[in-house]
Amino acid sequence: MTDSKYFTTTKKGEIFELKAELNSDKKEKKKEAVKKVIASMTVGKDVSALFPDVVNCMQTDNLELKKLVYLYLMNYAKSQPDMAIMAVNTFVKDCEDPNPLIRALAVRTMGCIRVDKITEYLCEPLRKCLKDEDPYVRKTAAVCVAKLHDINAQLVEDQGFLDTLKDLISDSNPMVVANAVAALSEIAESHPSSNLLDLNPQSINKLLTALNECTEWGQIFILDCLANYMPKDDREAQSICERVTPRLSHANSAVVLSAVKVLMKFMEMLSRDLDYYGTLLKKLAPPLVTLLSAEPELQYVALRNINLIVQKRPEILKHEMKVFFVKYNDPIYVKLEKLDIMIRLASQANIAQVLAELKEYATEVDVDFVRKAVRAIGRCAIKVEQSAERCVSTLLDLIQTKVNYVVQEAIVVIKDIFRKYPNKYESVIATLCENLDSLDEPEARAAMIWIVGEYAERIDNADELLESFLEGFHDESTQVQLQLLTAIVKLFLKKPTETQELVQQVLSLATQDSDNPDLRDRGYIYWRLLSTDPVAAKEVVLAEKPLISEETDLIEPTLLDELICYIGTLASVYHKPPSAFVEGSRGIVHKSLPPRTGSSESAESPDAAPSGAPPSEQPAVIPTQGDLLGDLLNLDLGPPVSGPPVATSSVQMGAVDLLGGGLDSLLRSDVGGSPAMGGTGFTAPSTVMPANLGPPPSGGLGDLFDLAGGVGTLSGSHVAPKTVWLPAMKAKGLEISGTFSRQVGAISMDLLLTNKALQVMSDFAIQFNRNSFGLAPAAPLQIHAPLAPNQTVEISLPLNTVGSVMKMDPLNNLQVAVKNNIDVFYFSTLYPLHILFVEDGKMERQMFLATWKDIPNENEAQFQIKDCPLSADAVSSKLQGSNIFTVAKRNVEGQDMLYQSLKLTNGIWVLAELRIQPGSAGFTLSLKCRAPEVSHYVYQAYETILKN
Amino acid sequence: MIHSLFLINCSGDIFLEKHWKSVVSQSVCDYFFEAQEKAADVENVPPVISTPHHYLISIYREKIFFVSVIQTEVPPLFVIEFLHRVADTFQDYFGECSETAIKDNMVIVYELLEEMLDNGFPLATESNILKELIKPPTILRSVVNSITGSSNMGETLPTGQLSNIPWRRAVVKYTNNEAYFDVIEEIDAIIDKSGSTVFAEIQGVIDSCIKLSGMPDLSLSFMNPRLLDDVSFHPCIRFKRWESERVLSFIPPDGNFRLISYRVSSQNLVAIPVYVKHIISFKENSSSGRFDVTIGPKQNMGKTVEGVIVTVHMPKAVLNMNLTSTQGSYTFDPVLKVLTWDIGKITPQKLPNLKGIVNLQSGAPKPEENPSLNVQFKIQQLAISGLKVNRLDMFGEKYKPFKGVKYITKAGKFQVRT
Repeated sequence: MTDSKYFTTTKKGEIFELKAELNSDKKEKKKEAVKKVIASMTVGKDVSALFPDVVNCMQTDNLELKKLVYLYLMNYAKSQPDMAIMAVNTFVKDCEDPNPLIRALAVRTMGCIRVDKITEYLCEPLRKCLKDEDPYVRKTAAVCVAKLHDINAQLVEDQGFLDTLKDLISDSNPMVVANAVAALSEIAESHPSSNLLDLNPQSINKLLTALNECTEWGQIFILDCLANYMPKDDREAQSICERVTPRLSHANSAVVLSAVKVLMKFMEMLSRDLDYYGTLLKKLAPPLVTLLSAEPELQYVALRNINLIVQKRPEILKHEMKVFFVKYNDPIYVKLEKLDIMIRLASQANIAQVLAELKEYATEVDVDFVRKAVRAIGRCAIKVEQSAERCVSTLLDLIQTKVNYVVQEAIVVIKDIFRKYPNKYESVIATLCENLDSLDEPEARAAMIWIVGEYAERIDNADELLESFLEGFHDESTQVQLQLLTAIVKLFLKKPTETQELVQQVLSLATQDSDNPDLRDRGYIYWRLLSTDPVAAKEVVLAEKPLISEETDLIEPTLLDELICYIGTLASVYHKPPSAFVEGSRGIVHKSLPPRTGSSESAESPDAAPSGAPPSEQPAVIPTQGDLLGDLLNLDLGPPVSGPPVATSSVQMGAVDLLGGGLDSLLRSDVGGSPAMGGTGFTAPSTVMPANLGPPPSGGLGDLFDLAGGVGTLSGSHVAPKTVWLPAMKAKGLEISGTFSRQVGAISMDLLLTNKALQVMSDFAIQFNRNSFGLAPAAPLQIHAPLAPNQTVEISLPLNTVGSVMKMDPLNNLQVAVKNNIDVFYFSTLYPLHILFVEDGKMERQMFLATWKDIPNENEAQFQIKDCPLSADAVSSKLQGSNIFTVAKRNVEGQDMLYQSLKLTNGIWVLAELRIQPGSAGFTLSLKCRAPEVSHYVYQAYETILKN
Repeated sequence: MIHSLFLINCSGDIFLEKHWKSVVSQSVCDYFFEAQEKAADVENVPPVISTPHHYLISIYREKIFFVSVIQTEVPPLFVIEFLHRVADTFQDYFGECSETAIKDNMVIVYELLEEMLDNGFPLATESNILKELIKPPTILRSVVNSITGSSNMGETLPTGQLSNIPWRRAVVKYTNNEAYFDVIEEIDAIIDKSGSTVFAEIQGVIDSCIKLSGMPDLSLSFMNPRLLDDVSFHPCIRFKRWESERVLSFIPPDGNFRLISYRVSSQNLVAIPVYVKHIISFKENSSSGRFDVTIGPKQNMGKTVEGVIVTVHMPKAVLNMNLTSTQGSYTFDPVLKVLTWDIGKITPQKLPNLKGIVNLQSGAPKPEENPSLNVQFKIQQLAISGLKVNRLDMFGEKYKPFKGVKYITKAGKFQVRT
C-alpha cells in the first residue's frame, strides 16, 4: 500500500493510460491517477502532456485532490500558459469559499503560477484576501504579494499592494506581522532604493511585540528586520537590546544567531562604562557556545560567525577556549574552523592548554588539518611571546617525526618565528638543514632558502646548500626562484670571496634564461645594484627587517564592521560583503555599525564623524611571498624612523643613480675596484636591456622605491598662492600679501610688500604674537633698501617653532605686527597646518598599528573630501610632498585604503586612514590623534594639498 | 529564501525534487557532486557551496543529503534548521527518515513539503499542526480511506495555527492524564593519554511526553536551578517567569516534545563515570602491534554503568586484529578499519579487558597517528550534573494527572586519546 506502486508503470503507454484514468468517472480512480502523475513529477519526469486532463479534476470538493491538482498546476502552468487560463475561474471562485483554508490555498497557489495572463486575474482576489477577516488568509496573502512582485513588480506597485502590505505590519496578529515583514524584506532586497521598511520607533515597538508571539521563523524575519534599524540614541538601543535578549534562549539556532546580530550591532551604541554593557557581554557567551553542540552543519555556520565575533569583541568568549577543542570525529570543515578560533583566543593564560591540543592534532590523520595545526603552533609562538620557546621545541619534535608534510609546514612557520624573534632561536637551523632534501613544496623550499640566505654567515655550507637548489632552477616555482635569487645575493654580500661564481650564475639564470618578468626585473635590479654601489647594495639587501605582526588573517576593520551587520547570513559564512558575491548585485546597500554615542567628547566635537564606524583595530598581515618588490628591498615598511639619515640618503642616491643612469650603468663593466667586488670586476650581461627598463620618469621612481622623503622633499610641500593679508588702505599705503611654505625642513613666510603710498618706506620690522605652535621669525625682516612708492619687494622670512606658545582660536591663527617708519600695523592670518608637518613624520608600520589601537575612538574624526579625482598613487605622492607619509596601502573591495602618518613640529602625531572610492572622485578621511583639536586643520591641509 | 530542494542518496541519485518558486534544473546538483567527490567522506561535504548562480545549503541525515537551492542572501542557519525540521517531520510521519520511506510515501512527502514552505517562507512546521492538515499514514487509515473514499487531508483550518499557542491543539481529551519528563544528560569529554580530562561538559535535555486534556498550565521547578545557566527553551516556556523565579511555566504541546536543552559548562566540574587504561602501540619495522584496553568505573554515584561500547578507528594500515576479551564481544570491520567492542555492564569486581595483536599490512610504514577511543555508556536513574526536579504543578484543569520523572546519563562525544 505504498506510493512506490506509482512508479511501477514504466510501459510505453504510460501517459496514455494515465490520461484514461484521469478522465474516469470514478472519483477514487481519478485521485489515484493524479497521485501517479504527481509521483512522476517528483522524480523529474515530464508529465506536462496531461495538463488539460489534470486541470479538469480541479473542480472537486475533495481537498486532497484539489491540493494535488494545485501542486501539478504550479509545476507546469508556465509551460502551458494558455491552458492555465482554464484554471483561473476555479481560483477566483475558491477565493470566495467560506472555508479559510481553501481561500488561503487558492491565493497561495495562484501566486505560484508564474504566468502573466493569470497574474492579471489575481489582483482582485488578492486585494480581498489581504483584508480578509481570517488572519490565516491575510498572512498567506502577504507572502503572495512578494510572489507577485517577483513576477511583475510594476503591477504590484500600480495596484498599491505595497501600501497594504506596509499596513499589515500593524496587524493585530503576530503571524501576519511576521509574514508582512518577510515579504517586505524580500521585496526590499530586489529594490534597495524603495525604502519599503521605513522603520520608526512606533513600528519598532510593534515588531518587538510581535517578536514575542510569532513562530520561530517569524522571529527570524523580525530580528533581521530590526537589525537594519538605527536607534536614535543609546537609550533606545538599550531598550531594544533588553527586549531582544530573551531570544538568545530559543531552541532554534537561527533565531539565536539573528538575535546575536541585533545585539552585536546595537551594542556598538552603548557606552562601555554602562553596567548593562557588561551584562550583555556575559549573556552573549552561553548561546554562542550552545550552538556548537548542534548538528555539524549548524556548527559550521556558527563557527564562521563566531570567528567574526571573536575578532570584534574577543572578551565575549575569552574564557570558553575549551569548547573549541576538536573531537576526532568532527567533520573536517568544523575542525578547521575550530582551529582558527582557538588561535584567535590564544593568550598567555591558556597557551599551555592550546599548545598541548595543537600537538595532539598534529598527529591526526587528516593532512589538511595536520598542516593547519602545525601552522597554528607557529602562529601561537608569534602571538604569545612567552610561549615561543615551547612552540619552537614542539615544532622541533614534530620535525623529528619526519612526516613529510609536517616537516614542511613546520619549516614555513619557523621562518616566521625567526622574523618575529631575531637572534633567539637560530640554534635550530642545523636541525632544519637536515631535512633539506625532503622538502618538495614550493612554500617550504622558499622558506628554507630564505633561512639559509638570511643566516648564511652561520651556516658553513650555505653556498653548497644553495648551489644544490640552483641545479634545478628552471623547474622551481617562481616563488622559489625569487627567494633563491635573493638568498644567493645575500650570501654573496656576506661571503663575497667564495661565492662570486654562484651569484654570477644565478643572475644570469634569472635575467637571461627566464621568461618571468618579475624574476628578470629583480635580477636586473640586483645586478645593477651590485655593479653600481656594493655598499648601497648591502644597505638595501641586508637592511634590518621590520618585525612581523602578531595577528594574522585579521579582517580589515571596516569590512569586519560591515560583516558584523551581516551576522547569520551568507556573507558571514564567506566573510565577504554581499556586494562581492550576491548575484546581479542589485545595488546592495552597504550596512555599517552605528556610531558609538554616549561619550561626551564626540558629542561636543562638531567634526564628529557623521556616519560610519571607527575602526577599532588595524589589520596587519605577514607580508606574503607575492609582495615582491617590498620583499626585495625589505623596505616596504619604510626605513626605521630613528635610523641614521645618512644611510637613508645613500640608499636613495643609489636608487636614483641606478635607474637614472639607464643603460650606461648597466653596461659599465668596471666598477672601479670597490672592496666588496674583490677587484675582479663584474661582467654585465651582454643582452640589451628591454626598453621598458629605460630611465623612468622620476615620479615613478620615488613611487617604486617608496623611500621616505624621496623625491617629494626636493620639490617641497604645497605652497598656496599669495593672498593679500594687509590691504594698503588699512596700513597707510603698505600692502602686504603673502603665503607660507615649507621647503627641506625649513618653514618660511613669503611676503610681498608693496608701497602704495607716496612716500618712501623704511625701517621694517616684524613680530608675531604668541600662537598655538610657537611660530616665530627665525631672522629679522631684512629689507635693505628703503621701499620707494609703487615699488614691490619680495622677501622670504624664515620661521622657526621655538617661540612662546598660546592656544589660539582658530588654532592656526597667527597675529602679526609689522612696523615701518610710518606706523605699526597689525593683521592676522591663518597658516595652513601642513607647513608644520615635519620630514620624519613617517611612522613605522608596527608603531602605527599600535598607536591607532591605542588612541581612543572618541578621538577619531571623519571628513569627506569631494571632487578630487586622483588615484591612490597620485594622492600618495602628492601628500608625501607635504610630509604626509603613506605607511601602508591596501585594496579592500575595490577601494584603495591609504594609512598615513604625519608629525607636527611640536611632536603631535596624527594618523590617517584615507579611503578612496573609485569613480566617485571623493575620499573619506579618518583622522586619529591624541590631540583631536588639530584634526580639523589637518583635514583642511589635506584638502588644500589634494586640490592643488 | 529557499528556492528548491533536492534529496540525494549516497549513490548520487536525485530521488526527489521540489521547487517552491520557478523550476531549477537538476544540473545545479553537479556542483554538489563535485564537492562531494572532493570531500572523499560523505560527512565532510561542506554545508554551504556556492555555484555561479545559486548557493547550495545541505545537511546529511540518515544517509540522505537534503540539498536546498538558494538564490538570494538568506540566513544559512535558517535553511539548515528548516532542513533538519523537514527530516524530523519525515521521521515523525513515517517512523524513519529513509529513502525507502520517502519513496513509499512520495505523495504525502510532496504534500508536506508544500505545506511547510510557501514561496520559500516556512508556513507550518509544528508537528501538531501538520498532523491536522495531513494525517500520517497508517495501514488502518489507508484501508478505511480506500473503502470510504475519504482522504487523509484535514478539511479545516488547524486550530493552533493562529492562536498564541500554535503548538497545542484545541480540543485534547485523554482518559488517562499523564505527564512524563525524561532528564537525559550526555557527557561530552576528551580524555588525554594520561587519563586527565582535557575538556568535559554536559549536554542535557528534558524530553517530555504530555498527554493531558484541555489547556493545562504547568510549572516545573528544580531543586537546584542554578545549574541551568545556559538553556534553550521550547517556545511554550514563559521566559519572564524563568528569569524572575527560575521556574519553568508553560502550556505544553500535546504529545512528545523537547521542553528544554541545557549545557552545564566546562567551568563546572564534570564527573567522569568511567576510566580507560590502554596500550595501543606499533613496533618500528614490524608488521604487528599491541592492543590492550581495560575499562573501569569511577565516580558513578553507586549506579551501574551499562550499555558500554568502545569503538576505535584503527589506522588505515591495520589489516586485522587478533584479540581476546574477558567480557563482551568484539568485531573488526577490515574495510572501515573500525573496531567495535560491545561490553555491556561493567562490574567493578572484574574489569572488562580486550587485548591481543594488531596485524598491519606487510611493508606498510608504522602508523603515525594514535587512534582515539570512542566510549558509549549509559547510567540509569542518575543525572550526572546533579539536576533534580522538585515538583510539577498543574493549573487550569481540575483532574489529577499522573506525573513521572526519569533520569538517565549517557556518553555523548566521549573520546579517549591514546
